[in-house]
Amino acid sequence: MKNSRTNFPNLLIISALIALFSFTNSSNLLAASDSGDEKKEGGDTEFIMHHIADDYQWHIITLGHTHVTIPLPMIIYDHGEFKFFMSSDFYDEHHEPIVHDGFMISHGKLVRAGAGGHGDDHGAEAGHGDVEEAGFLDLSITKNVASLLLSVVIMLVVFFRIAKRYKGEVAAPKGLQSLFEPIIVFIRDDIAKVNIGEDKYQRFMPYLLTLFFFILFNNLLGLTPGAANLTGNIAVTLCLALFTFFITQFNGRKAYWMHILWTPGVPLPLRPVILVVEVIGIFTKPISLTLRLFASITAGHIVVLSIVGLGFILNSMVVGVVGTLFSVVITLIEILVALIQAYVFTLFSSMYIGQAVDDGHH
Amino acid sequence: MDILTPDTGLFIFQVVAFMLLLFLLGKFAWKPILSGLKEREETIENALQSAEQAKKDMEALNADNAKLLAEARQERDKILKEAMAAANSIKEEAKEETSKITAKMVEDARASIENEKRAALADVRTMVASISLEITEKVLRKELSDKNAQETLVDEYVKDLNLN
Repeated sequence: MKNSRTNFPNLLIISALIALFSFTNSSNLLAASDSGDEKKEGGDTEFIMHHIADDYQWHIITLGHTHVTIPLPMIIYDHGEFKFFMSSDFYDEHHEPIVHDGFMISHGKLVRAGAGGHGDDHGAEAGHGDVEEAGFLDLSITKNVASLLLSVVIMLVVFFRIAKRYKGEVAAPKGLQSLFEPIIVFIRDDIAKVNIGEDKYQRFMPYLLTLFFFILFNNLLGLTPGAANLTGNIAVTLCLALFTFFITQFNGRKAYWMHILWTPGVPLPLRPVILVVEVIGIFTKPISLTLRLFASITAGHIVVLSIVGLGFILNSMVVGVVGTLFSVVITLIEILVALIQAYVFTLFSSMYIGQAVDDGHH
Repeated sequence: MDILTPDTGLFIFQVVAFMLLLFLLGKFAWKPILSGLKEREETIENALQSAEQAKKDMEALNADNAKLLAEARQERDKILKEAMAAANSIKEEAKEETSKITAKMVEDARASIENEKRAALADVRTMVASISLEITEKVLRKELSDKNAQETLVDEYVKDLNLN
């Protein structure tokens, strides 16, 4: 009895999230298809790419013709000085981009307004021809950065709370701890210990755990309604892959480098060829890590949105209903993919690290 | 494609945020969690081992107890048997003693009766003798009061002597 009582609110939250998810998407699509009606008969897919890409503001929902957005702060490092704006500064009341303080947002990118727009706040629309991108560093808190910071805060709160339970007396796990402890133990026993080795795995546990939960949390956050597509962003996956890359190279033992530079057990004439292959192999590993996570998460989002979008594009109620039901199934698969990709990224990272720290006695 | 170009700003934020996360979680979350887990696993391992040990001890104790019980039972049987034997022998001895005493008492009684009888007989004999003497004296006085009788008696005596 106690269990069902405690589980009930959780179930309620989950179903509410799923309902909200379909609702938000549909209303976004409704708006998208509304605005696209006059221009495109063949169907509007721009909203999908818009969702996949980063944004300077956090678009929550569109009700009728009202866009509910959270403006996010923009930080620009321009010629040795920081400039701070709000993203709402760059849009007028009709959500059309305008030039502000010499900058404007063009096709989802911050650019320096052309010569015609200098210092002109009510600036005329700068054409695509007279924009230049170089010369400044865009450190804006975009939707993805905001989502990143949010996930960092969530992770810190969750794991600090869990960590508290391990201090002091030995006690049986309960609550959140019961959810995460098996995962932590799994990463330790079935990923780290197996691939890195019983004696060396401890040093890499913090990295592997942080990596796994960072990817998992952001994959799942990306599936919640209105959220950013952080782990489907190539800058993020590249960054994570580079962490693994540098950790691997800096921990490379003699055997690892010997294996790359002068592969044992290979006929002498072939060794230079193998050397080239192995050196290429060092760099293909992070690239494959980058692209795998990026592609699977982005693809998942595109598939869900496409299926939901079918009903609006074909203007058919039946397709809409079937598509929505189908998108729920796909979303469930996406939850699985979120777990699998977090697992795969961590697994491959630990395998690469394991190869690097191996002492060479097979 | 736009989505294939890594964004510099996001990349920088990602590096900083991830390093921060790695540092904070590594220091304040993973360290206590992993050491706590290890500690708990060791505790459980120890508890299981000691439980196993306790079970073994218990079994040994039970075996000991059974052995002790069997020994005690044997001891009891032995003591019982001995006690019974002792009681029997005591009974036998007592019986023998009693019969001896009884026999002696009977013997004593018999002896004293014999003595009494003898004494009584002796008394009777003395009495009879004295009574006979008196009677004889009286008879003799009466008999020998006349001269003939005295002579007849002497004759008789002489006759007796001759016969001898």
